[in-house]
Amino acid sequence: MVESASMTTPLTPANPLHVLAAASRDVAAVRLAALAPAARLVFRGREAAIGPAGEAFGVPLPREACRFNTAGGRFAFWLGPDEWLLLVPNAEAAPLFTAIEAATTGLPHALVDVSERSVGIEVAGEKAAFVLNQGNPLDLSLAAFPIGMCTRTVFHKAEILLVRHAPDVFHLDVWRSFAPYVWELLEDARRELA
Amino acid sequence: MTNRFRTASGGRIDRAAPLSFRFDGQTFSGFKGDTLASALIANGVHLVGRSFKYHRPRGLLSAGSDEPNALVNVARDAARAAPNLRATQVEVYEGLKAESQNRWPSLAFDAGAVNDLASPFLPSGFYYKTFMWPAGAWKRFYEPKIRAMAGLGVAPTLPDPDRYTQNHVHCDVLVVGAGPAGLAAALAAAESGARVILCDEQAELGGSLLSETTATIEGQPAADWLAATLATLAGKDNVTLLPRTTAFGYYPHNLVALAERVTEHLAVPGAGLPRERLWQVRAKEVVLAAGALERPLVFPENDRPGVLLADSGRTYANRYGAKVGERAVIFTACDAGYRTALDLKAAGVTIVAVADLRTEVSGELPARALAAGIDVRPSTVLVGTKGRLRVSSAQFAKARNGEVGPTETIACDTVLMSGGFTPSVHLFSQSRGKLVWDGAAGAYLPGTSVERERSAGSCRGVYGLQRVLEDGYAQGEAAARAAATFTSPARGATPAPATPSRTIPASADDLGTAGFIGATPHGRNPALAKAFVDWQNDVTSKDILLATREGFRSIEHVKRYTTTGMATDQGKTSNMNTLGIVSEALDTPVPKIGLTTFRPPFTPTTFGLFAGAARGDVFDPLRKTAIHDWAAEQGAAFEDVGNWKRALYFPRAGAGGRMEDMHAAVARECKAVRASVGMFDASTLGKIEIVGPDAAEFMNRMYTNAWAKLEPGRLRYGVMLREDGFVMDDGVVGRMASDRFHVTTTTGGAPRVLAHMEDYLQTEWPDLDVWLTSTTEQWSVIAVQGPKAREVIAPLIEGIDLSKEGFPHMCVREGTILGVPTRLFSVSFTGELGFEINVPSAYGRAVWEAVHAAGERFGITPYGTETMHVLRAEKGYIIVGQETDGTATPDDANLGWAVGKAKKDFVGKRSLARAAMSAPDRRQLVGLKTTDPAVVLEEGAQIVADPSAPVPVPMLGFVTSSYHSAVLGRSIALAMVKGGRARIGTKLMVPMPTHAIEVEVVEPVFYDPKGDRLNG
Repeated sequence: MVESASMTTPLTPANPLHVLAAASRDVAAVRLAALAPAARLVFRGREAAIGPAGEAFGVPLPREACRFNTAGGRFAFWLGPDEWLLLVPNAEAAPLFTAIEAATTGLPHALVDVSERSVGIEVAGEKAAFVLNQGNPLDLSLAAFPIGMCTRTVFHKAEILLVRHAPDVFHLDVWRSFAPYVWELLEDARRELA
Repeated sequence: MTNRFRTASGGRIDRAAPLSFRFDGQTFSGFKGDTLASALIANGVHLVGRSFKYHRPRGLLSAGSDEPNALVNVARDAARAAPNLRATQVEVYEGLKAESQNRWPSLAFDAGAVNDLASPFLPSGFYYKTFMWPAGAWKRFYEPKIRAMAGLGVAPTLPDPDRYTQNHVHCDVLVVGAGPAGLAAALAAAESGARVILCDEQAELGGSLLSETTATIEGQPAADWLAATLATLAGKDNVTLLPRTTAFGYYPHNLVALAERVTEHLAVPGAGLPRERLWQVRAKEVVLAAGALERPLVFPENDRPGVLLADSGRTYANRYGAKVGERAVIFTACDAGYRTALDLKAAGVTIVAVADLRTEVSGELPARALAAGIDVRPSTVLVGTKGRLRVSSAQFAKARNGEVGPTETIACDTVLMSGGFTPSVHLFSQSRGKLVWDGAAGAYLPGTSVERERSAGSCRGVYGLQRVLEDGYAQGEAAARAAATFTSPARGATPAPATPSRTIPASADDLGTAGFIGATPHGRNPALAKAFVDWQNDVTSKDILLATREGFRSIEHVKRYTTTGMATDQGKTSNMNTLGIVSEALDTPVPKIGLTTFRPPFTPTTFGLFAGAARGDVFDPLRKTAIHDWAAEQGAAFEDVGNWKRALYFPRAGAGGRMEDMHAAVARECKAVRASVGMFDASTLGKIEIVGPDAAEFMNRMYTNAWAKLEPGRLRYGVMLREDGFVMDDGVVGRMASDRFHVTTTTGGAPRVLAHMEDYLQTEWPDLDVWLTSTTEQWSVIAVQGPKAREVIAPLIEGIDLSKEGFPHMCVREGTILGVPTRLFSVSFTGELGFEINVPSAYGRAVWEAVHAAGERFGITPYGTETMHVLRAEKGYIIVGQETDGTATPDDANLGWAVGKAKKDFVGKRSLARAAMSAPDRRQLVGLKTTDPAVVLEEGAQIVADPSAPVPVPMLGFVTSSYHSAVLGRSIALAMVKGGRARIGTKLMVPMPTHAIEVEVVEPVFYDPKGDRLNG
C-alpha cells in the first residue's frame, strides 16, 4: 500500500444528459432541462409500515392512486398500492435511508436506494403537453392529468415516471441509459416550435 | 399555356394568385386553391395516366379521393418523390413538378398499350392460368415482368429526408368529415362544451358546400354560412379543426388514426415542420360524416379521357372555375345529372344531350333542364364512345326492357355520368359495425354499431341539405351527451334515433334517391365491348361475368379472382356496380351476394407516417453504460447486446501503426488478464434488490440453490429454472443482510427475470413479505480480473479488509472507493483472482478512470466482451443463451451441483423429476479439442460420429462456443453432445461443406481445472 485513498479529491458525479442539455436550444414554447441530482428511495411495504415511513420521511405517503405529496422540498410519488418513490432534490440518500429504516424496524417493508438509477428532465412551457403526447398516449388535459398527478408510463419505447407540477410543467424520471433517447426525441418533437 | 377552360369568374380559387407548375415536363399555369386536377382541366388536359393492365389512356374521373385514374408522381427532388398521389388531392403550388405514371415512352404514345389489343388473351385470372410453366418461372420471370408492366408509381430509392411526427390526442367527440353534416355535428357538440376534433381530407373544410352556388342555409348563401360556421368553430377553445387530414383507420376502442398532410401543399415547407403528422385520436364518441360517393355508370368505353362523374364535373366548374369541356353529353340514372347539366350550362358549357336511363323522368331538376332548352332523352343509354386520347363522340341508343335500339353517334368532348350516390361506409365498416341493405335507398347503410360511434348525413343515407344539416346537428348533440356520461369504452349498440334541438332551414336542389347499380344494357358483342367497373385495376363487366360463369358465387371470391375493388382506391367507385352485375348474373338479390370488407387505410398512407420519429439513432433506445464514452474515446469496437452497446474489444496500434484486428486484440487482452490484470465494464448485468423478512424464502423458491444458510457477506452462483425445469437465467447473488439480497442476472435476461419473479410473487405467493426493485442502472460494475487485481484496487479502497483471509473468493463487502460507497464482490468470470466494484452509476466513469490509473503500473488492460467470452470458455463457464437454448436442464449444463437436492421445492423442481429429464442420452456440456490445434470450429456446427453414414446422418449435438485461446495456444470449443460426458476421451467428427473435422471430446475446463488461480 503506497498511496492512501483519502488523499484523492472527491469524485464528481456525472449526468448522462450533460452534453445534450448543454447543446440544447432555448425554445420558449417548450423548455427542456436536466434536473439536479436527487436522493431517490423506493419504499415498498405492508400497511403497518406505510404510516411510519411517511412520518420519518416528512411527507405522508399518498394513498390515492397516481398522486404525489410534497412538503419541505421532499416528494412522495405513488407508484402502486404498496410502492412509492421518495425523492429529495440535491440531497444525500444515506441519512434518509437510515431514518426511514429506523422508523420501520420490525415492520415488513423494503427500502432501496435508487438515487443514481434515473435522472430527471423538466419539460415546461405552453406546448409541453403537445410535445409529450408525441411519445406518450395519455390524456394530458388538466382534467384527466391534474397538477399533483404522477404515473409510470412510456415516452416512445422508454419507461418514464411522468409528473405534473404545474399546468405547463412536467417532470420525467427516466432510467439513466434511456435518458439520451428520451431527450433526443423530446428535442425532435419540439423542432417545429422553434 | 392559358387557362382556356377557366370560367370568367367564380369558384374558390384565388385569381389574384396565379402560379405555374409542370406536368410531364410541360409548364402550366393555375391559381392558388387549385388542385393539380382542376388546374389541368382548366388547361384542357384530361389525359393523365395509363391504365394498370391494358395501358389504356385515362383521364380524370372524379374530383376527390375516390379518383382511380389520375395517379401521379410529385417530386420536390430525387429523395422527396411521392408516387401514386391522386391529382385530385394534390394542391398546386408555385413550381410543383408532377409526372404521370405507368407509361413508356410517353403518355400520348405508350408501348404497353399493345396489351389492350392483346386483351382477349388477358382475361381476369389470366396469371393463374397462363404463367404456370415451367415451374419456378413465376418467381424468376413472369412475376417481375408483370409487375413492371402493371406497375403503379416508383418509390424513390434515396432515404426520405422529410420528418414525420405522431401525436396522441384525446377528445370527447371526433367528427370525421366537414361537409354539412360534419359541420353541424361539430357545432352542436362544441356548443355543449365538449372537446371536439373536426377533420376533413380536403384542403378546405366544407365538403359539398364548397361546390354550392345556389343553396342557402339559415337565409344565407351556403358559402357565407360555411365561412361563418368555420369562424365560430375556430373561435372556440374546445374545438380543433384539422383540414388536409384523412381519417384513414378506425381501430378498436375508438382509436381513430388521422393522417395530416402538413407541408405537402407548400412551395417552401417551413423548417422544422413535419411533412405529415399522425394523429392517434382516442375519442369518447365518434361522429362519422363521411358523405357519399357518386357511382359511375358501367357502359362500353366509359374509360376514355373526358368521361367523368357528373357531380365531379360540377365541382370543377363551381368550386374551381374549371370547365371539363366545351360540348358535354350527360348519361344519368338520377337527378344529379340534371343538376350538373344546369350548373355547367350556366358556366358556359354546351350540354349536347342528357341520356336518362329512366323511363319516367319527372321532378324539379329535369323540368328545369327542359325549360333551359336542354335535349333530354329518357329511356336512353350510351352504348359506346369514340376517341383516342380524348372522347370525341358518344353513341346513344334507346333501351327499353333490355332491348337496345339503333345507335346515334353524337360528337362531344366530355361525357358526364351519374349512377346515383353510394354512402361512404368505409370507416363504419372498419369499426366492425354491421351494414344493412336498404332496398329503398339502394345502398348498404350503417346498422348495429360496435364502437361508440354514430353516422350522420348522407353516409347513412340521409339526403337533402336541410335534412343532412339537422341530422348532423342531432348526432353531434347526441354524441356530446353520450361523451358527458362516458364511463368506459364499452362497446355500443345501434345509436338511438336522434332529433335536433333546433332546425337549420336550408334550401338546395333535391336529388332524391334514385340510382342504378350494375352494367347498363348496350346490345353490342359482349366479347368486344369493354365496360369498366374498376378503373384502377382494369376490371370490366365481362371479367365479372366470366368469374360468375367459372363458378364464383361469393363476392369475396369474385373480388379476388377479378381483383375488382382491390386497388388503392379500395373500390370506392366500383364495389356497388360489381355487386349489381353479380346480382343480375346469378339472379340473386344484392344482399344475398354479400359485401366485401372495407379495410384500412381509407386512402394510401405513407410508411413515414407509421415510422414517425422512430428512425436512425432513435429507432430504438440505444443504451450506454456510464463508462461507454471512455471506451469510445479509446477506440473500442462495440457490439449490440439487447439494446445495450457493449465494448467488444479495444484495438491498439500495432507494429507499423496498423490497428489490431479483433483476433490480435483479443489475444493480447486475454494474455494480459491471465498474466497481470485486466478491467471490464460489466455494468449491463441485470441487478435486482430483493428485500424483506421473507427474502431468503423467496430466493429458495425461485432458484435451484439453497440460500437459507448463506451468510450475509457471502456470494453464491444461482441458477434459475422455468416451470418446465430448463435453465432460464443465472447470476451471482450477494447476501447483503439477512433480509437483503443483491441479485445479478444476465444482461439480456434482466427484464424477463424481474417479470418472472414478480409474476410468482403476485400470483403464487402474495403472502411473502418480500419486494423486488430493479437496481440495474443504480450500479456501474467494474470487473478487475487477474493476479494483480488486489494490488490494483487496494490503494483505492477504504473500510474493507482486502486480505486473502479477510476477503476470500465469493464474498461481498461494503466500503468506499475513493470516497464513493461501493459493494465490492470478490468474484471471477475469468478464472483469475477477481473483483467486481459496484459503485453508483454517477461515479462509474470516475471510478473506472481511477482504477485504470492505479493499474497502469501493472499494465492494466481494458478488455471487451469477446475476451470475456474466451476467458470464461477456457474455464468452462457457460453463458445462458449460448450453451443453453431453453431445453437444457442444470445437469445438462454441468450445473447439477447448483441444485439443492434437499430442498422441498423450487420453480422447476417437479419438472426435473420427469424421467426424460435425466435420460442418459440427453445433450450434455462437454469440451471439444480439434485434432489440428490451429482449426477453430464454427459455432453452431453439427457433431456426428461418422460423416459418411447414410443420410440422414444421426446428429449427436452441436458446437455452442468456439475460440482460439491465445493462452493455451490452440483452439477450444464447448458443445452440447448426446450422452456427452460418457463420450469424454472419444473422437467425433464435425462435418463441414468440404470436409469433416476430427475432434476429441474432453472435460469442458481447459485452463486451471483445479481453480487454484481464483484465490490469487
